[in-house]
Amino acid sequence: MLKIKNLHAKVEGLKILKGINLEINAGEVHAIMGPNGSGKSTLSSVIAGKEEYEVTRGEIIFEGEELTEFDAEERAHKGVFLSFQYPVEIPGVTVTNFMRTVINANRKAKGLPDMPANEMLKKIREKSELLEIDRKFLSRSLNEGFSGGEKKRNEIFQMAMLEPKLSILDETDSGLDIDALRIVANGVNKLKRPDNATLVITHYQRLLDYIIPDFVHVMLDGKIVKSGGKELAYELEEKGYDWIKEEVGA
Amino acid sequence: MELKDKLLSSFLAFEENVDMNSDIHEVRSQAIKDFEEMGFPTKKQEAWKYTSLSKVLKHDYTVFPKKEDTIEYRDVEKYFIDDIDTYKIVFIDGIYSSHLSATTHEKIDACLMSSALNSSKYKPIIDNYFNTVAPKESLTSLNTAFSREGAFINIPKNTMADKPIQVINFSTGNESALMVQPRNLVVVGENSHVQIIERHQSLTDHPVLTNSVTEIYADKRAIVDYYKIQNDNHSASLIDNTFIEQHRESICSVHTFSFGGNLTRNNLNFYQKGERIDSTLKGITVIGGKQHVDHNTLVHHIEPNCESHQDYKGVFAEASTGVFNGKIIVNKEAQKTNAFQSNNNILLDDKATINSKPQLEIFADDVKCSHGCTIGQLDDDALFYLRSRGIPLKEARALLMYAFANNVLESVKIPELKARITKIIAQKLGVNVGYSL
Repeated sequence: MLKIKNLHAKVEGLKILKGINLEINAGEVHAIMGPNGSGKSTLSSVIAGKEEYEVTRGEIIFEGEELTEFDAEERAHKGVFLSFQYPVEIPGVTVTNFMRTVINANRKAKGLPDMPANEMLKKIREKSELLEIDRKFLSRSLNEGFSGGEKKRNEIFQMAMLEPKLSILDETDSGLDIDALRIVANGVNKLKRPDNATLVITHYQRLLDYIIPDFVHVMLDGKIVKSGGKELAYELEEKGYDWIKEEVGA
Repeated sequence: MELKDKLLSSFLAFEENVDMNSDIHEVRSQAIKDFEEMGFPTKKQEAWKYTSLSKVLKHDYTVFPKKEDTIEYRDVEKYFIDDIDTYKIVFIDGIYSSHLSATTHEKIDACLMSSALNSSKYKPIIDNYFNTVAPKESLTSLNTAFSREGAFINIPKNTMADKPIQVINFSTGNESALMVQPRNLVVVGENSHVQIIERHQSLTDHPVLTNSVTEIYADKRAIVDYYKIQNDNHSASLIDNTFIEQHRESICSVHTFSFGGNLTRNNLNFYQKGERIDSTLKGITVIGGKQHVDHNTLVHHIEPNCESHQDYKGVFAEASTGVFNGKIIVNKEAQKTNAFQSNNNILLDDKATINSKPQLEIFADDVKCSHGCTIGQLDDDALFYLRSRGIPLKEARALLMYAFANNVLESVKIPELKARITKIIAQKLGVNVGYSL
């Protein structure tokens, strides 16, 4: 589904990604772990198409197409979804109306007419139940005054509504208490299908107790330096990152 | 001939044409003298530093339209808020249009200034309130000198106006260039409430200059909500002078929605003459091209325990220019004043300009005053967030601008008006929102 080859990227003139290689197939859950500043969040923004991040070398092939050729919105239409670490507040636009705009923008891109109102409401109800979101929440302004947990839950709610092929969860566990973490992870797990894939980006192993990865990658200084199974996450939790630094000579 | 000379030499003819024996003959005569002395404001004056009238004053305006014109309702329907029942006071080229209007004298008066000026019934109101709130300033004096027509709204005490009142001024373009000077008076008695929607609309590409004066007198515990829709075409310029005198515990708000016109200058003054008064001044400006919108506000806190809230938002595209000049005066006696002012702007293009200048003159020591001004571009992170959800760039920008202006719309109390403004903003931003925000 996703093949990243020798990806280099710059942010404001600074080299952040220095040769990333990663392959994700349909049905898989991958986790990227690494200390602060290793480039994890940059990688997720680069895949989603943030314009300020300049790809200098390498390629990102998604379903056979070079993603860097497309704008952020076109990547979304192709089925790439990024759950933000810091979702943006949009005052005056309710969660429901935002969802309606988003769904219809994606349908329009595929040449489909707007989703009928009753179908939309049914879908919103169904997906909000999955994330234990109550009705009042849906008529609040998007992310405005939301707690950390509410913001993240709302991100996964959007993911559920959009049913993307590739979901990237950027530090989704940060700022979550254990109940919110359980709800969010439960939502992600229920959305898992043989034809979609998930990339979890996290600092801590905690989230991986709930979303079990098939592969764990360790990122250091803009490169993936070690890959393994889920047991690698436990090892990192126990021993920190220093032993890997020594092992790879960084 | 310069416009000033033309106006001065027209004055005699004007007075003969109206009524030399009118009660306000003296007031008019004094006003023309004042205008003669002061002349039009120039950029040398502090309050006009960023707005030049010189181009606007160059046209050879007809100062009295020669003939009456009629307009079919269906041709101008779109300028009315017609999905709710309202009273309507409509003028065409400065002359009252009875067939477009729906006035009333039942319980409240929503009618014509000309009839109020000529009727003994309204003499006490004219004597007590006409030209009492407006200060002596050049453009206001000019309007006073030629005051003849406009809206006259009188809400007796303990009365709630049963529906909003729309005041609409159309100009037709029968003249190659036209100057109109509407004069409105709004008197709201104790414990009374009224909502007013005002609009100036040119139906021609010929230059139109409107120099409008509105005096609003809000007695004890009165509530006045005033909405101005400024969405005129690009050859029309507007100088709006609105003066509000508030008394004890009254609550007044003026919302100014500026989306159109060539040059728009809003002189909006609030005078708080009593305790526990609440004043609200809000505005949304969305302009482009070479349009210019200037908000010049004054809130004068004279008595203790009063509040004022100012919130102006502007979105400026292309080579448009904006001015915000907000003055707050807190007298020595006006202790426990809460005065807030905020002016936030987004510049969409390199050539767009905003001059924002708060002026606080505080003579009392126990007050809370705050002001803030921001000028920026749309937030890149927010744009990326929306685009990553599949919303195209243009719509994403529009959505952010809508969100930016939104809290000003929150306080609009007439839902149909709010919907209309939302629609105009969506159109201005060039997107078909296609759903109710």
